[in-house]
Amino acid sequence: MRISPKYTQIVAITILGAATVFTVAILIFIIIFVLEKGLPILSFNFLFTNPTDMGRSGGILPILIGTVLLPVLAIIVAAPLGIGTSVYLVEFTHESRITRLIRFGTDCLAGVPSIIFGLFGFIFFVTILGMGWSIMSGGLSLAFMILPTIIRTSEEAIRSVPKAYREVSFSLGASRWQTVRKVVLPNALPGVVTGVVLGVGRSIEETAVVIFTAGSSLLIPTSLFDSTRTMAVHFYILAREGLSMDNAYGTAASLIIAVLIVNLSAYWMMHRFIARRN
Amino acid sequence: MEDNTKINDKIEIKNLDLFYGQFQALNAISMTIKPKLITALIGPSGCGKSTLLRCLNRMNDLIRGVRITGQVMLDGKDIYNSGMEITELRKKVGMVFQRPNPFPLSIYDNVVYGLRVAGIKGKNQLDEIAEMSLKSAWLWDQLKDKLHHPALPLPLDQQQRLCIARLLAVKPEVILMDEPCSALDPISTSKIEDLMHELKKDYTIIIVTHNMQQASRVSDYTAFYYIGNLIEFADTKKIFTAPDKKQTEDYISGRFG
Repeated sequence: MRISPKYTQIVAITILGAATVFTVAILIFIIIFVLEKGLPILSFNFLFTNPTDMGRSGGILPILIGTVLLPVLAIIVAAPLGIGTSVYLVEFTHESRITRLIRFGTDCLAGVPSIIFGLFGFIFFVTILGMGWSIMSGGLSLAFMILPTIIRTSEEAIRSVPKAYREVSFSLGASRWQTVRKVVLPNALPGVVTGVVLGVGRSIEETAVVIFTAGSSLLIPTSLFDSTRTMAVHFYILAREGLSMDNAYGTAASLIIAVLIVNLSAYWMMHRFIARRN
Repeated sequence: MEDNTKINDKIEIKNLDLFYGQFQALNAISMTIKPKLITALIGPSGCGKSTLLRCLNRMNDLIRGVRITGQVMLDGKDIYNSGMEITELRKKVGMVFQRPNPFPLSIYDNVVYGLRVAGIKGKNQLDEIAEMSLKSAWLWDQLKDKLHHPALPLPLDQQQRLCIARLLAVKPEVILMDEPCSALDPISTSKIEDLMHELKKDYTIIIVTHNMQQASRVSDYTAFYYIGNLIEFADTKKIFTAPDKKQTEDYISGRFG
């Protein structure tokens, strides 16, 4: 017996809709759960005073600083490298065995668990290069971790710029580099920015890499070679060692809000950019 | 045709072969293009007319696996073999594409794109050339008050004339047109054709077209291509009234293609 398409359609919509509702509900539940426990703790004082007694009491000022510094350093290193690589791969090479190999390599790296990058950073930056547990080691390791994401997203963005724009630009006497700078990159920018923001998000949230490479000092860093602690690590240590669940949730809430701010400002920047161009 | 042989040829194509990998797309093409006249390339799809057009500003260089032998002389210099800078060549031999393709920039920024790329920065000079180019493309009166508006919302025929203005700004000598009206309605098409008549006073124009009426209306010379071969090349009147070859006659009378 054949079921009428009218009914299979209803069943399909119900299942798909239920999946969506379920997913969104879980996400909202997690966010509300954390915010409910954390927001009462959050205050100006909490954010801008030093922790005391290993974080059992006091605020998270040094952690806030660490959480800003590490991703910033990671992006400063990874964004030019990643965007440069993707421009080179798309605009200056032909599809060949080598480019396919590079692409396969970046795909593999993108799937490597972050703790492997942490271990690599520990062995290479912390030990071999003697940078110790420091903002530098942590930032560079995070940079390597987010590099594949940035390369792949910017590559897609650059590739999706219409071929016609390039042709016109060449036909008006522009060199390849001029074409990249004046036509390809501006049009790929929203996609490129998305990749960079994903990278910022991933490095703000990262725990394993940071523990291995930046350590977990609670002091305010005075140089790039000081150890530091990020919110994610702070949260992990507070919760894991049972130091203070209240402060752990306070930190978690700040982390969620920080990620929200990063994403919103990126969207805002992108919209402004697109609006300005049109 | 004999009367014109005294005029120096603008472009001379000598024995040009083009291969995409193993496939030969053009067979021993030889033809000459007279200056300040319109030459039309006609023929059924896949006959190689667009490919030939793209040999003239070396746009085929962008495609991998293309191999070209033979010569294309521009004012007596081989563009494939004279140490000619490819960017210089493309400034001399400009192109209008099938679909209007303004950049997603303002009207003004579109027109001066080629100038900026060439390193011209002076605002007065840019303004002056932009105005001249828009005037030559018959757009100045409509667009002079919204130069800094985006170009993409313009109607298609204005977009196409904007692309022509953008090209005129770099002062080309030859304009290649690759089916410039195929995305346009008949009224817009006739505007572009009128514009071509005006432009031929100053520019050598080569147009690829599917539209035989268009070829007969706008061109002085017509070349008929079929499967990578130049079948017949003569005065447009002769091609459309008394072609020498049977294939030409069959094509223009609509028996195939």
